[in-house]
Amino acid sequence: MASAVAVVVATLLISFVLFFVAPRDPVGAVCGAKCPPERAAEIAASLHLDDPVPSQFGQYAWGIVAGRTITSGGTTVECAVPCLGYSYKLGQPVTALIADAAPVTFSIVLGAALVYLVVGVANGVVAARRRGSALDRLTVGGTLVLSSVPYFVVALVFALYVAGRVLPPSQYTSPLASPLGWASGLLAAWITLGLVNAAAYTRYSRASMIEALGEDFVRTARGKGISERRVVYRHALRAALGPVTTIFGIDLAAQLTGAIFTERIFGLPGLGTLTLNAFAQNDMPVIMGSVLVGAVLLVTLNLAVDLMYTVLDPRVRLG
Amino acid sequence: MSYETSAHDEPYLVVRDLRVSFPTAAGPVEAVRGLSYSVPLGRTLAIVGESGSGKSVSSLAVMGLHDPRRTRVGGSVTLGGQEIVGAPESALRRVRGARAAMIFQDPLSALHPYFTVGDQIAEAYRAHHRVGRGPARARAAELLDRVGIPRPRARLDEYPHQFSGGMRQRVMIAMALANDPKLLIADEPTTALDVTVQAQILDLIGDLQQEFGSAVVFITHDLGVVSEVADDVLVMYAGRAVEYGTADQVLARPLHPYAWGLLESIPALTGDPVPLRPIPGLPPRLTDLPGGCAFHPRCGQRERVLHGRCASEAPDLAPRSSEQGRLSRCHLSHPELIFVQEILPRLP
Repeated sequence: MASAVAVVVATLLISFVLFFVAPRDPVGAVCGAKCPPERAAEIAASLHLDDPVPSQFGQYAWGIVAGRTITSGGTTVECAVPCLGYSYKLGQPVTALIADAAPVTFSIVLGAALVYLVVGVANGVVAARRRGSALDRLTVGGTLVLSSVPYFVVALVFALYVAGRVLPPSQYTSPLASPLGWASGLLAAWITLGLVNAAAYTRYSRASMIEALGEDFVRTARGKGISERRVVYRHALRAALGPVTTIFGIDLAAQLTGAIFTERIFGLPGLGTLTLNAFAQNDMPVIMGSVLVGAVLLVTLNLAVDLMYTVLDPRVRLG
Repeated sequence: MSYETSAHDEPYLVVRDLRVSFPTAAGPVEAVRGLSYSVPLGRTLAIVGESGSGKSVSSLAVMGLHDPRRTRVGGSVTLGGQEIVGAPESALRRVRGARAAMIFQDPLSALHPYFTVGDQIAEAYRAHHRVGRGPARARAAELLDRVGIPRPRARLDEYPHQFSGGMRQRVMIAMALANDPKLLIADEPTTALDVTVQAQILDLIGDLQQEFGSAVVFITHDLGVVSEVADDVLVMYAGRAVEYGTADQVLARPLHPYAWGLLESIPALTGDPVPLRPIPGLPPRLTDLPGGCAFHPRCGQRERVLHGRCASEAPDLAPRSSEQGRLSRCHLSHPELIFVQEILPRLP
């Protein structure tokens, strides 16, 4: 837990340092390359650029926990907790930008996770039980083919030929406004990201399940005279889910912070799109904000996986 | 000791010409090659042999616990008159855990690490009794108490890793006893345990057998264990029985040179140090069994048999002693004489 907090603070520091080693000056970022000197001085003052660096970091960090007021070109912006700074390019607080983009990414990734977990684990279990059969070989071969194709190719094919034709066109609608519109607009992205990952999850769960089915305790379960379904799903699958859970935690974090391909190709305004645009425009506050949010997500999910482990495996106790 | 007989008036467990093989790319591997034995209720048969002799494989086949897609089983196994070989899975399920139960070697890996012991024992009971959770839990507590686990009610909610090795094996035994099985197969139940704990577990199994009068098959490689628990002994080598008799007979005057080798390789704890005489060579590979008697390449007696018959002709399992019911698979004409004159003096 303490190490989790340490990782977040370290990321905060590093992303702040990024701001200073970045190639372009923040004043230029606000009023362009041909900025009159007196205007530049005014901006620098309003941004506290003349303050010592630790003090600037203090203001930034304080803003996250307590909020702060930011002045920009004569206008004053109240940046509420957790204040991650202000995007001069987009004229909005970073927190608001991230708050708008995050639900899009979460919707894409969690929906896809549902697809690949269900499809992947179900396929893996079936293949493991019929290990060596034609069906098993077909499954393993299929997953290899699917994961050998670069992801953006699969995504492009889906975006160009499937979304809008077979499936509803890709778009983001808030689930609060229209649950059906939300689901239908994201369906193509879910299936694309879901199927590609299902290939990997089929192989993980197949391997894990084959190992579990060979365990002594599975033979013991069979020796009790319980049904084969109970042997497979209660005894073997329970043991096989451990390794899959670990990989899932890591994958989920990676996807939440890196669903860039999916978002870009399907034109969905998520965190990946926001960050990519920020990089293109050298919008430092947004970059810093999304790096920080990404770090928090990673750390939180790792903690969640550890907690999940204690639930799954009674031998693991939090130290 | 109650001594029931089945409807057919034959022993409870009858194994006839059991054959188990695993088809592989290089041809079938024959792990059990025609094994026959029987165990009546109230008696304990010890099956003795080294790893790969087919003792565990044959017992899994008796329970129908082999992998049906990877294993070919032939011959016949009857439990109280019911045929097991070739029986449908649904019929096997009604037998397993109910009339026949198994205790495995390593209780740590044989118990599920994610479920409480109470859960696991109750599951075994509920698999064959239509009862709710409450009565099944009460039954589990009763069983833990019976196998000598202190504070059974409290320990129901603990996981296997919270038990010591000996206690864990007691849990395993409690689980096997859940439905009062008529046949108990114990596959090296003490091998993974400390020596002091071994004796307790052997005593427990002996007591339980006295109490329930079941037939017990005890698989082991340890002749010390045999003398503790067994009424009868079957010595296996390369998938076949090579010697059979009562425990007293086989331990006092074994007839087969392989059994002599087993006796000679037990270290003496008392008296003058005697060099150990391990059996030379290794057990044969099942894919590449020697012709004739499977033991002949390692046998110190093969020169005594004329015309090289040991290498050319497989001996039958036949009576080779004046004692009633004793069988041995060896060409030697006077094995008892050789044992008494040559082997016995060498034993510690």
